[in-house]
Amino acid sequence: MLKINNLHVKLEEEDKQILKGLSLEVPAGQVHAIMGPNGSGKSTLSYVLSGRDGYEVTEGEATLDGASLLDMEPEERAAAGLFLAFQYPVEIPGVGNMTFLRTAVNAQRKARGEAELSSGEFLKAVRAKAAELQISPDMLKRPVNVGFSGGEKKRNEILQMAMLEPRMCIMDETDSGLDVDAMRLVSDGVNALRDAGRSFLVITHYQRLLNHIQPDVVHIMANGRIVKSGGPELALEVEENGYGDLLAEAG
Amino acid sequence: MSDIAVKDMQVPQVSGTAKAPDALDQRLAALDLPKGAFAAARADALARLRAMGLPGPRDEYWRYTDPRPFNAPEPAAIARIEGPDSPLFASRDKLTLVFVDGVFDAAASDDLALDGIEITTLANPLGAEWADGLFGTLEAAGQSPVRRPFAALNTAAARDGLLIRVTGKPAKPVHVLHRRASDKADAIWHHLIRVEKGAELTLLETGSVGARSNGVIEVDLAPGAKLHHITAKRANDAKVGLSHLFARVAAEAVLKSFALAVNGTTMRQESVIDMVGDDAVAHVAAAVLGDGDEGPFHHDDTVFVTHGALRGESRQVFKKVLKNGATGVFQGKILVKPGAQKTDGYQISQALLLDEASQFLAKPELEIYADDVKCSHGSTTGAIDEDALFYLRSRGVPHDRAIVFLVLSFLADALEEVEDEGLRDEINERLDAWLTGRGRA
Ligand SMILES: Nc1ncnc2c1ncn2[C@@H]1O[C@H](COP(=O)(O)OP(=O)(O)OP(=O)(O)O)[C@@H](O)[C@H]1O
Ligand SMILES: [Mg+2]
Repeated sequence: MLKINNLHVKLEEEDKQILKGLSLEVPAGQVHAIMGPNGSGKSTLSYVLSGRDGYEVTEGEATLDGASLLDMEPEERAAAGLFLAFQYPVEIPGVGNMTFLRTAVNAQRKARGEAELSSGEFLKAVRAKAAELQISPDMLKRPVNVGFSGGEKKRNEILQMAMLEPRMCIMDETDSGLDVDAMRLVSDGVNALRDAGRSFLVITHYQRLLNHIQPDVVHIMANGRIVKSGGPELALEVEENGYGDLLAEAG
Repeated sequence: MSDIAVKDMQVPQVSGTAKAPDALDQRLAALDLPKGAFAAARADALARLRAMGLPGPRDEYWRYTDPRPFNAPEPAAIARIEGPDSPLFASRDKLTLVFVDGVFDAAASDDLALDGIEITTLANPLGAEWADGLFGTLEAAGQSPVRRPFAALNTAAARDGLLIRVTGKPAKPVHVLHRRASDKADAIWHHLIRVEKGAELTLLETGSVGARSNGVIEVDLAPGAKLHHITAKRANDAKVGLSHLFARVAAEAVLKSFALAVNGTTMRQESVIDMVGDDAVAHVAAAVLGDGDEGPFHHDDTVFVTHGALRGESRQVFKKVLKNGATGVFQGKILVKPGAQKTDGYQISQALLLDEASQFLAKPELEIYADDVKCSHGSTTGAIDEDALFYLRSRGVPHDRAIVFLVLSFLADALEEVEDEGLRDEINERLDAWLTGRGRA
């Protein structure tokens, strides 16, 4: 599904290298987790994959089902099935949550040559999925993320993910800021989406999320690279001992 | 009508040496000054105009907007826009009054009879005794401390307009639909609206005005009266336009004025609001979209709100979206007079520049002579928020559509000032259509 090979990325404006030869592969149907110290480049990786401006890829490649992601516009990547749940979802005053989401869903369907959803079909789907995530009809009516609490913003990200049905879901610290119940709701939402044709890349600092969303592989990222990969036990190790030993071991 | 007024309006001859006629004389000579009712008020206005003269290049109040298109004796002819006119608010039940080149067209208009409201016209003010002694006085009062010569010119020279007295709560809005017959029309109209105690009116204005237009609305709100005024002229309409709103707001009265402007040539909208009664409320707002590719674009909002009573609430919300070399101007002032305690004055002017060729010139001012007031003003000029743009695109919203979302998002605060949700939605949908190129009219 997602293949990243020897990715080198620097900031466009400054001479600062952030990703330094990162390689990673997430096969279809799998859940991979990325853990790593603050500033190691996890969010940068998620932004570069989804096409945010400001970064320059100096070497390496990233493909989704064989198609090179790095040449595509952000909306093309979305239509190709990539989704990023933001670490910091953006507030957009004056744009209704529903209008935005419906536009996004239909733009993607159109780009893929599928029929657009009627407003009735859309409404029905969004109401059902919002209810599962305990997102109130009032929140749906409000402008995108405006006045949402931190946890509500994260749930709204998962609602968008559920509606857009991407094949490759990247979640950047979706668990941070969630209370215990919300964490369960979000995890249930994610688990409901798990299937053989869909993959997840879950960036997190806490092993707790991985109790709910069982990963197939855990990667440790440091200083712009994957320094170690292993099974779920790697997350437990981080939780108990921190990154010190792992990083020392990786050199 | 009196002959004196007409004589007064003759261009005076300079005796003795031949002198080149000055700009004002030429301007007046080209006007067909009306001989009709309100002769005294018109004569006074002409005298005011003569005393003021036309604005010159060094006039401080015309620093950001070139007055020459308004000073010129004749307007420049303009090309007519192609395609049918589809004015806003079509679905709304309303009393439509048609003005052609600034002159009332009774045959094209709805019947004037409506419960709770008396409507006559300036050209034919039968039964509008209430307007005697009122017509022109709000404009006259609005000449201090800042001179507004084109408003005086309007009072002297307006050929037609509406005289509206609201005594109740009419069941539907009054809709002024402007039509243009000539591509050279110099349309000058003057409405006078008096809303009596506790009465309410919604006034809508749409359509195409002249190649050059000069519109004045005088609004006199009695205690507890309410006027909701929404202007949305035809988009992409090359024109030179000037408008003045003069409002006197009595105790507990509410004025809400919103204007939408999409492209055009040179436009200036002046709002002069006098809060004379305690607990008065006045909101003025505008949403402006200017694309220099549709022709040169210059839009000026000039606002002057005076608080002269207790606990007044005023809001100025002005938003301009500019691209391809368009220019936006905002001059806004809040004046709080001595004793106008507990005034709550708010002013925001913002421009969203879609490129570096466009510019926004803002001059916000506060002048406060009372100590227990809350007044704030702010002005910002910004570009599209890249984070928001990326967020939308990352969800699959195409770039251009995402820009439209962000433009609408930027304008949202101004549109909030349209109280009626249905009207607001209609404006929003129209804006959306304009921005996405789905509609031009
Ligand atoms: N636009 C930028 N300008 C300057 N520095 C940047 C920029 N973007 C990223 N960086 C730097 O790159 C490094 C990686 O940042 P990134 O946000 O990817 O880290 P992270 O692994 O997601 O950290 P966290 O766990 O705190 O979320 C940091 O040192 C950060 O300061
Ligand atoms: Mg991060």
